[in-house]
Amino acid sequence: MTVSTTGEPAIDPDERRAGTSTVRYVAGKIGGALVSLVFVVALGFFLFRMIPGDPLATMTRERPTGAEQLAHLRERLGLDQPLWQQFLDYVGGLLRGDFGTSYMYRRPVADMIGERVWPTLLLVGTATVLAVLLGMWLGVRAAWRRGGMFDRTQTGIALALWSMPQFWLGLLLLIATQGVFPSRGMSSVDTPDGAAAQILDVAWHLTLPCLTLLLVIYAQYMLVMRSSLLEEMGADYLQTARAKGLRDDLVRRRHAVPNALLPTMTLIFLQFGMVVSGTVTVEAVFSWPGLGLLTYEALRGPDLPVLQGVFVILAGSVIVMNLLADLLYRVVDPRVRAS
Amino acid sequence: MQVWQEFRGNTGGLVGAAFIVALVVASLVAPLVVDQAGLDVVTATGSPLEPPSGRFWLGTDESGRSILLLTFWGARVSLLVGFAATLLSVLVGTLVGVVSAHFGGWVSAVLMRVTDFFLVLPALVLAAVLMAVLPKSMWTLILAIGATSWPTTARLVRAQTLAVEGRPYIERSKALGGGHAHVIGKHVLPSVLPLVFANTTLVVGGSIIAESTLAFLGMAGPEISWGSMLDRANSSGAVTAGAWWYLLPPGVMIVLVVLSFTLVGRALETVLNPRLKGDR
Repeated sequence: MTVSTTGEPAIDPDERRAGTSTVRYVAGKIGGALVSLVFVVALGFFLFRMIPGDPLATMTRERPTGAEQLAHLRERLGLDQPLWQQFLDYVGGLLRGDFGTSYMYRRPVADMIGERVWPTLLLVGTATVLAVLLGMWLGVRAAWRRGGMFDRTQTGIALALWSMPQFWLGLLLLIATQGVFPSRGMSSVDTPDGAAAQILDVAWHLTLPCLTLLLVIYAQYMLVMRSSLLEEMGADYLQTARAKGLRDDLVRRRHAVPNALLPTMTLIFLQFGMVVSGTVTVEAVFSWPGLGLLTYEALRGPDLPVLQGVFVILAGSVIVMNLLADLLYRVVDPRVRAS
Repeated sequence: MQVWQEFRGNTGGLVGAAFIVALVVASLVAPLVVDQAGLDVVTATGSPLEPPSGRFWLGTDESGRSILLLTFWGARVSLLVGFAATLLSVLVGTLVGVVSAHFGGWVSAVLMRVTDFFLVLPALVLAAVLMAVLPKSMWTLILAIGATSWPTTARLVRAQTLAVEGRPYIERSKALGGGHAHVIGKHVLPSVLPLVFANTTLVVGGSIIAESTLAFLGMAGPEISWGSMLDRANSSGAVTAGAWWYLLPPGVMIVLVVLSFTLVGRALETVLNPRLKGDR
């Protein structure tokens, strides 16, 4: 804001802005996300109560059950009530934080989910951070010398990795590093007590699953970083910077890269859906005790309440992430504010 | 056709296309060539988990069946599911995209809301859940994969339809009395379909990976496919026993097929893009 000699600001930002105000934008986006969440809850109910027709039939598909047992189960699980009543019970339960009781373990689903959230967060968080850093670094280098050996090799590798099923990559790593890394779980029972040893143990167990997840998601960041940097590099202001005499390296680091970062940052949130899918398979391969493994085990049942709870949580968090991406984009990119 | 000539110049696309054609032919010919007794667990002749040898070039699985045979046979289901799911997905996506862009108004608003919603849901979780609640068969698998991958095509088609419908000759066509079917059939589709085709090849890759992943999670039917082979490799303990010959062939085949489709798709996009951007 420049101040003229009369003491008033030369341009009043609020007056000049022709676009939507921030409040309206935020409210609109949050409203949209809430609508999506409502859909998710409805879809969850629909998927797990209505599609199987009779959830009991799905549950007892492979296990012979007597008529009396069926009637008893039906009453206990509240399946003898009218559908709309079941839906209301379900929604009411969700709002209270009650996600029902697991068929297989007879425990509250909410508890089971709560236990598994932290390992998944650890795995996903570490992998994402590393993937972003690796992808951005490789993307910058590849774009700067476009068409060169490095660029072509990197693109080739990224393409190959994208064509691989994640779980296969995990299994390959497992076989290739036979015995070096632990093949299951988050920690070993025989580690000595003491924070340092425990942390190291978890980190050791984390290596392979993290590496697998990392290898699949870094490629996205690399390709996006590369293409957005390529777009930036054609911009006029970089010509000016070079004409001013700035070294190539500085031009890249101080001007091109920060502006090209924008799509990459929002990609982190938008990628979350893909990462969630990846977690299920990677945790299944390495028996990492997180939400993914819980899903995998529940699918075998099928343990419908657990699946329902996990589905709502996972889908809900993807929606929240997308919302954050939209809001972040608004904050970080001034051009969006003016639109 | 000009497209074909330009496509020929792209080595990656050619190699990919050649590989796909060869594989499809091989899968179609398989029932005539393969001794199906070798696929049955009861009549298998090898001993469990033999490493590759002169007798079994790729070794045997946990039931003593030749892995070479299994991989060859598994191509049929994997490709069938991949193609069929893609067909479903592209049909639904194109329909939604064209209808949404052509009719506009509240129809478009509702369709786009639904599309965005499905776009946001984690596809694998949704597909796996569908498989868990429906009876497991190849057809439900196709349904599940198709039902979760149509949104990307829908968005693409919608954007392209909007671009086409904004052109002056469409307005003239409507002024001359061209109805919906005419405008869509004669003008929109010829412009949109090439792009849909390029996108389709990429969707096939995704569908094949989805099939293998769902099979790995135990969510596929009983047929032999690359995914179910990998599932058995993992759950029978072959992996922890170090039986790399069981793990590699199906996985490598998946990578090669998906890579081929990706190369073809990228080649098609490069060929079609400048043409679409130019004057038509």
